[in-house]
Amino acid sequence: MIPFCLPPGSLVGQGLDPALLTKPATDAWPTYAGDYSQRRYSTLTQIDTSNVRHLSLAWVSRLTAGAGGGEGGFFGPPGTTAVTGGVAENPLNIPGATSGSPRLSGSILQVNGILYVTAPDNAWALDALDGHILWHYWWKSRGGTHIGNRGMAMYGDWLFFETPDDYLVSLDAKTGQERWHREISDFNQQYFSTMAPVVVGDHVLVGTGDDLDAPGFLQSFDPKTGDLQWKFYTVPMKQGDPGLDTWASLDAAQHGGAQVWIPGSYDAETHLYIFGTGNPTPAYTARLRAPRDTHTNLYTCSVVAVNVETGKMAWYFQTSPNDTHDWDSTQPAVLVDGMFGGKPRKMVMQASRNGYFYVLDRTTGEHLLTMKFSDAANWAAGVNAKGQLERNPDKDNTIAGSLVSPDNGGATNWIPASYDPQTGLFYVVLRELYAMYYLTTTDPRVMVGLGGSEQDVVGSLGTSVVAIDYQTGKLAWKYRFEGTGGGYGGATGLLTTAGGLLFADDGSGNFVAFGLRGMRLPVPLWHAHLGSIGNAPETFTVGGCQYVLVAGDGAVWAFYLQ
Amino acid sequence: MHSRRRLRFLGSVIIACATAISAPQAPAQVPARPTPAPPAGRSERAPDYPERSPAPPEQVARGQQLFKGNCSFCHGSDARGGETGPNLVRDQVVLADQHGELIAPVVQNGIPGRGMPKLTLSATEIADIAAWLHSQPLSDRGAPSTLDILVGNAKQGEAYFNGAGHCTQCHSVKGDLAGIGGRYEPKMIQNLVVSGGGGRRGRRSAGAAPPQPLATTVTVTLPSGQAITGELDHISAFVVALREPDGTYKSFARHDSIPQVVVTNPRQWHIDMLPKWRDSDIHNLTAYLVTLK
Repeated sequence: MIPFCLPPGSLVGQGLDPALLTKPATDAWPTYAGDYSQRRYSTLTQIDTSNVRHLSLAWVSRLTAGAGGGEGGFFGPPGTTAVTGGVAENPLNIPGATSGSPRLSGSILQVNGILYVTAPDNAWALDALDGHILWHYWWKSRGGTHIGNRGMAMYGDWLFFETPDDYLVSLDAKTGQERWHREISDFNQQYFSTMAPVVVGDHVLVGTGDDLDAPGFLQSFDPKTGDLQWKFYTVPMKQGDPGLDTWASLDAAQHGGAQVWIPGSYDAETHLYIFGTGNPTPAYTARLRAPRDTHTNLYTCSVVAVNVETGKMAWYFQTSPNDTHDWDSTQPAVLVDGMFGGKPRKMVMQASRNGYFYVLDRTTGEHLLTMKFSDAANWAAGVNAKGQLERNPDKDNTIAGSLVSPDNGGATNWIPASYDPQTGLFYVVLRELYAMYYLTTTDPRVMVGLGGSEQDVVGSLGTSVVAIDYQTGKLAWKYRFEGTGGGYGGATGLLTTAGGLLFADDGSGNFVAFGLRGMRLPVPLWHAHLGSIGNAPETFTVGGCQYVLVAGDGAVWAFYLQ
Repeated sequence: MHSRRRLRFLGSVIIACATAISAPQAPAQVPARPTPAPPAGRSERAPDYPERSPAPPEQVARGQQLFKGNCSFCHGSDARGGETGPNLVRDQVVLADQHGELIAPVVQNGIPGRGMPKLTLSATEIADIAAWLHSQPLSDRGAPSTLDILVGNAKQGEAYFNGAGHCTQCHSVKGDLAGIGGRYEPKMIQNLVVSGGGGRRGRRSAGAAPPQPLATTVTVTLPSGQAITGELDHISAFVVALREPDGTYKSFARHDSIPQVVVTNPRQWHIDMLPKWRDSDIHNLTAYLVTLK
């Protein structure tokens, strides 16, 4: 028997070497997407198309939310008691956060053989070799929308994560003890915070979310002290701010949304942090915020580049001016170096919730390409000269009902896409659902936040993974997951590796390794039915072994070659 | 370059078709499997922001009167914004305020330069106004709609039903659709026109629950030639499972095109129509079907 795993290298301390963050994803997984590019492409090759059939379960670790819990039982080791933090005197009881099976839907860090896992109000450290729980931290919550938590960021020996009730919490990675917490947004305005922070240099970049009419912003905190370094609003907040003329009034702009709830990418060369912004609010009517065509509502539904040192915007590109469907552009902004139009280009790409794929020059923000990747998307009247989508008003929410695709969930969503430099293709999960969009009031003034709309899903062409040739925007292939006609279907994110593999969840609870074949349809080479999968797969090397990790149903699953 | 890519693209399509012939990709709209949560970051209601404890009704009533007399001229009688004043219900100060303590300085000092005058109201009066403001719902999100969705032309709907829509190939106004206008609300009927009975019930649809959609069936043909037919339970690239007419559950591992699987969805026409509908035809059909009492 030939051992698959090579002898381990020596570990250098427990903390994160910041140099790791600037390299393509290899042995470690030190930040949200494995590296700053958001390609979710790993250079590891131990697992490849020839041996992936031998992939087997290394371990599964079942996690329990709340103060008690953890592994253990009558014959087993004692359960792990959580380190407790939080400001609430009477914490809310929220299943999945205070007890029971936690919602695992974020990225898991792997640094020097330790995994760092989050769910809303909960954080764990696990041994990457066997899933053993080293510590568990639980935050007593005052509330907030507990939709998910997208993971932690790391700086040296320190960890950072957000809570639904709007705190940034820093933990000691060795013990799980809290270092400090800082309030990052106003709970009274119903902000809720899910984003995985991103550490760049001496900055912890933090976004937040909101479903009421509140302004979006990105903040930078000092990793050592927790002091605020800068705050960048994604909508105009005062007279004289750029973009104010794209709103009906200052009051409309100040309530205009553009939330920053998904981690961005980082270009070390230009010091630009590049991220997508949320939809304008009120979400389902433009009458009060954009009565004229020139009211594009900047910087909602945009890809925005901010200098990480100054917090100042370098450029923006708005994907959907004046959106009326709650389709944010908070999808990963993926950095790709490659040829475009016969010239080498440094690009950023995004497959947006609205069903369109965009390629920009990431140094200048210059628009290079807009193409539809959802056949079903039927809401746009056309693409304007700037490469932006123009709405067909007949496909807004209407009193009589409009048949529109995508549905509210979007052609894609926060679920991570992947770019594979070996094939030059951009992979993304595509959902082609249709809904009847009904306006439920004639008074736009009551349509605060997500008010004023009823959407009934009436059909689906299914869920697929598609491969986009970024040079033309055309689909190289579309692999439809059988059995995904109704509902949202899982399909929670993608990973590609230099072993020629694409890892995906098929929406039916199967974790699948596909063999990539360039422009031809991929073939499933391996699968395991895990049930509900909640996050995007990851891969790393520990002890000489390449592991593939995925989480869901309150469990973390690790696979390797035996 | 361009044409070569195109040829390769066509190649992949041909392979996809070959797969489809030997093992038809389920075009089916397979019934939704209950999922714990949508992947959408935003689709769920915010359930857990602490509710404000309600103020005494008489205080709220006093506050409403005071608001009408002093504030509604600019901010609207419902405080949701008027010609000159902004929507106060979603206002940052109002959201953070508890009992008028944050609203009072704004009212008593005004906002110079933004048209907000000083008002001579006492702290108690402002607390009453605050109590009323805080009693107002933030948004109509989730509120039932009373709007009439019927804008279509019933005559044109009837013509479409009997003609271009090809509806009569499966449906009859004297058979399965008899009396449908008396059984369901117009919005439900309209959603059924598009979905064919699949999809999900609108979260706020009034009236009777939608009819159970006809089952999707599947025939699995083993290498031996034996064919098993039943109601589709679930399907993926790796497993197909069905229930035979007597209730027996059977599942089969799938390896490429073996066994052969043919899925038949009685709503396939409706799925194929999704990209083709004109909204006006949907509206006209609904207007026609509601007349079938």
